[in-house]
Formats: sequence, C-alpha cells, structure tokens
Amino acid sequence: MLFLDLFVEGLVQGSIYALIAIGLTLVYGLLRILHVAHAGMFTLGGYLSVWATNASGSFVLSLLAAALAAGVAGILVYRLCYRPILHRPPHVALIASIGLYVGMEELFRLFFGPYGMSHTDPPLSETVGFFSMRLKYAEIAIMAGAVALISALAVVVNKTRLGMAWRATVAEPQMALSCGINNDRIRDLIFFIGSALAALAGAMVALVNNYAEPTMGAVPAYKALAIIVLAGLGDVGGTLLAALALGVIESFGTIYLGKALDRDAIAFAFMIVVLMLRPRGIFGKG
Amino acid sequence: MDYAASLLTVAGINIILALGLNLITGYCGQISLGHAAFYGMGAYCAALMAKAGWPFFAVLLPAMAVAGVLGIVVGFAALRVRHDFLAITTMGVGFLFLGIVRQQEWLGGEMGIYNIPGAGLDSTGYMLLTLGFAALAAALSAHIKRSWMGRVFNAIADDEDAALTAGVNVAGYKLAAFAIGTAMAGLAGALYAHGIRYVGPESFGFVDSVAILCMVVVGGVGSVPGVIAGALLLTLLPQLLQVVSDYRLLLYGGLLFLVTRFSPGGMAGMARAIAAAAGRPRAS
Repeated sequence: MLFLDLFVEGLVQGSIYALIAIGLTLVYGLLRILHVAHAGMFTLGGYLSVWATNASGSFVLSLLAAALAAGVAGILVYRLCYRPILHRPPHVALIASIGLYVGMEELFRLFFGPYGMSHTDPPLSETVGFFSMRLKYAEIAIMAGAVALISALAVVVNKTRLGMAWRATVAEPQMALSCGINNDRIRDLIFFIGSALAALAGAMVALVNNYAEPTMGAVPAYKALAIIVLAGLGDVGGTLLAALALGVIESFGTIYLGKALDRDAIAFAFMIVVLMLRPRGIFGKG
Repeated sequence: MDYAASLLTVAGINIILALGLNLITGYCGQISLGHAAFYGMGAYCAALMAKAGWPFFAVLLPAMAVAGVLGIVVGFAALRVRHDFLAITTMGVGFLFLGIVRQQEWLGGEMGIYNIPGAGLDSTGYMLLTLGFAALAAALSAHIKRSWMGRVFNAIADDEDAALTAGVNVAGYKLAAFAIGTAMAGLAGALYAHGIRYVGPESFGFVDSVAILCMVVVGGVGSVPGVIAGALLLTLLPQLLQVVSDYRLLLYGGLLFLVTRFSPGGMAGMARAIAAAAGRPRAS
C-alpha cells in the first residue's frame, strides 16, 4: 500500500525533525534566539556515534557518549557565543549563529575529512516486515526513541521545577528574572538537553543512512527552523505535531508535487503559506 | 590582466548585491536571508532573454523588473511577519526559488543554462561597465540615505510602531525598500549572466545569500563605504590567498560570527571608533 508506506516514511522523517526542533524551541523560548548552530550538534552527534561505535563496538554506549559530548558543547556555545550578545537586537544573534554553523560545518570537514564516515558493522540494520512494507529496526528505533524522549521532555516541562522555570521564562521573561529563576544554570541545562537530543537525532540519521558527513546538518537545520516557526515559536507540543506533519507532507509531496518542486521547496512552500495565513504560526497566540 | 578583470567584475557584481541587501536590511531593518533568490531571478531572466536574441542593454531593465516584482511580493510577506518570522520566511523564499528552478526543464534544471551570448565587450570593458554600475548603485544608495526616504527607512528600522504612530506609510516604504534592493540584485544577476555566460542553480543558494549578508555585516550594516569595503574584502581575499580560498566558508562563518560577537558595527563601526579615539584628547 503506497499510502501507508508514504505515511510511515513521513513519520520516521518527522520524528527526526522533531528531535532537532525540540531543542531549538526550548532555546528560543528561553533566549529568543534562532539557534541555527543547533544543527552543528546534530552533525557532531552523527560523527561521534559512528566513530565511537566503530572504536568500542557498543552502539548504546556511543549514543550516550555522543549525547553527553554534544550537551557539553551546547553549554559552551551558550556561554561563549550567545551570553555576551543577549542584550543586542535579535537578528545579531541569528547572524552570529549562522556564522557559527557555517564555520562548524567547515571544522567538521577539516577534522573528520570531506568524505564522511560509515559504520564498519552497522547495528540495527536488519529489516522487519510490517504489512506490505519493510522497515529497518533503526527506523522503528527512531520513532520509538523520539516518542519516548519527547514524552519524557513533556513531563519535565510540565511537572518539574526546571520545566516550571522554563515556562515562566517563556511567558514573562522579566517577571521570571525578578523571581530569580532565569539564571545561567537553567540556560545551561536547556542547552545541554536540547543539544543532547539533537545529537541523538544525528546519531540515528547516521545509523539509518550509515553515513555521517560534514553537511548532514544543513537541511535538517533549516527545516527545523521552519518547523518551530510553523508551530509558533516556543511551543513544545506544537513543535512535535508540526514536525510530524511536515515529515508526512513532504513524503506525500515528493510523490505528488515532485515534478514541480523538490523536497525542501515543498517544506518551505508549506511554511510560507501557513505563515501568510497565520503570521505567528499554527499554535502561536495573537 | 584577464584574470584581474574578471576578478574585479565579480567584485563589482558583489558590491551591487551587497548594497541592495544593505538597503533592505541596513536602512530599513528588514532582515532577508534570501537575497540570492533575487540575484538568481535576474540572472535567469537575463540568460533566457539573451538566448532569445535580445541585445545586452535591452535585457538589463527587464531583469531588474522581474527581480523587483518578486521583491515586492516578498515585501508583502514582510508586511505580514516580522523579525525572526521574516528571517525564516525569506530563507524559505530562497529554498523555494532553488526548488522550482531545479525541477524546470526550460530553466536548464540542475544543469543550468550554457552559452549565454556575451555583452560584446572585452573583459576589461566589461569590468569597467560592471564597476560603473557598482558606482551608480553606490551613488543611489548614498543619495537615498540622505533623502527623506532614507530617514523614513531609518525610523522604520528603529521603531516600526513609533513610525506608524507618526503617520509614516510604513507598508509603502517597506515595499519600496524591497523593490529597490531586489531590483539591484536583478541587475547584478544580469551582469553575472553576461559576464560568466552560464547560470546554474548552485550559484544562488542559501550559502550565497549568507555570503552577501556577510559582506553587509562585516562591512558595517547601513554604511555605504563599509558595505563596499566588505564586498571587496570578501571577494578578493579568497582569490588572492589560495589558503583562504580552500576555507572560504570557514572565513565567511568565522567573520560573521566574530564581527557580530565583538564589533557589531562592522568595519565601518571600527573605523568610527578609531576616528573617535584619535580625535579625542587623551585623558591623562
């Protein structure tokens, strides 16, 4: 069944988008920065997991290591790059972030070489029959992982003190500051969690394609921006829905609109149409 | 000589592009991450018309018009969305442009359009012509900055709501900024198509938009001499130093980051700071 195939393919793609976009939304909610360099964490995660899996033989351990390393890198990006320019107009941080990402892409190229990196013995590459289609275990793991991680995050955002602090900052930055909650520790944590999630997404993409390369973050980065804008910046639940919706729309779009537009153009055409109708995003207020 | 001439031709084209974006982003405060799309519009329009037998000078105005009309359409988007939303929308326009061009056979698809007739000038002549247009663009930019229009742009960039309250036709001026800035990109595109005599989708992507933005930011947002210096520096540096050429993107990315991080006024801002420091008597 073509319909089901396309739908599931879209959900797999959407789960990856969701894992990247969630971190962007968390950062945007907190700092009002469009954190383009987030995609660098995605690429970093891809490379580190492939490298560590090849070196250690354990995929699970390398996932953890990649997430941890990217999380720490995320904190460094916040401390060294964003904190000093927070008081400037928002486009300054955006431009700095684009510069940072373009620079990171080149650093990956210098450090890991231009030809990319593959698993010598890719884990989870067996396929399983499911109605009429065959799915890789890795693809199932992506969907399950995304749902589990994002549900866990939803619990954190809604039930814990950290989540409370984040929501307070999103709603009323000044008031939150006055109550003393928007301190650097919260920001560090948010950058850590967001970057770790992006790294996990990168690791899963590197696994499914069995390939990590310097520019693998570029398209997901721009798509993830489109997704959080679609969702109405700074909305966690909306981001998940928008990511899955975009994945599915793309996978159908490439079949039915593929003659006129390529995959990326479909995503952005959808985004532009939505923004013209609802300038603050689907779930945005006002 | 040929090499120097073609290098300066590219520099001239980049100056026109950067000045156009400076009008939109620098003067009027409307961030655009899709300037290469208008550049591409102009280039493709010029390429098709030149292939159809139109003479060089007859192609320039239509190329500007096509890019400018697309600019006005995107300008309407700028009336709906602001700030971060506008940045992402214009980025989307860039991807949309590329996505459409790549799939159209009559635009050459991935292969692009080859064998575009030249302008009928030798390389030195063409360089002089391009630099002449760049000078015109600079004069126009400087004139707009001093005019009533420039002051209104400044007011909109500073505080849109205050400008609206003061009775300024914000929508009209925003559209004007987009129309002029993107028409300049269209001119640059036409000059590119006739100069390189080939157009393909890979020359008008997001990285190219970022490169143009980089010229504006590194030079100094809003400053005409600064932006010209930025465009010259970022065009010539990778060509003159082979080492830099290999790491062109690292240079763009690094400069973009370092300048916004440490000197948001760009080179123009640095020059002003140095002049101010030199003019002020030392505190003893």
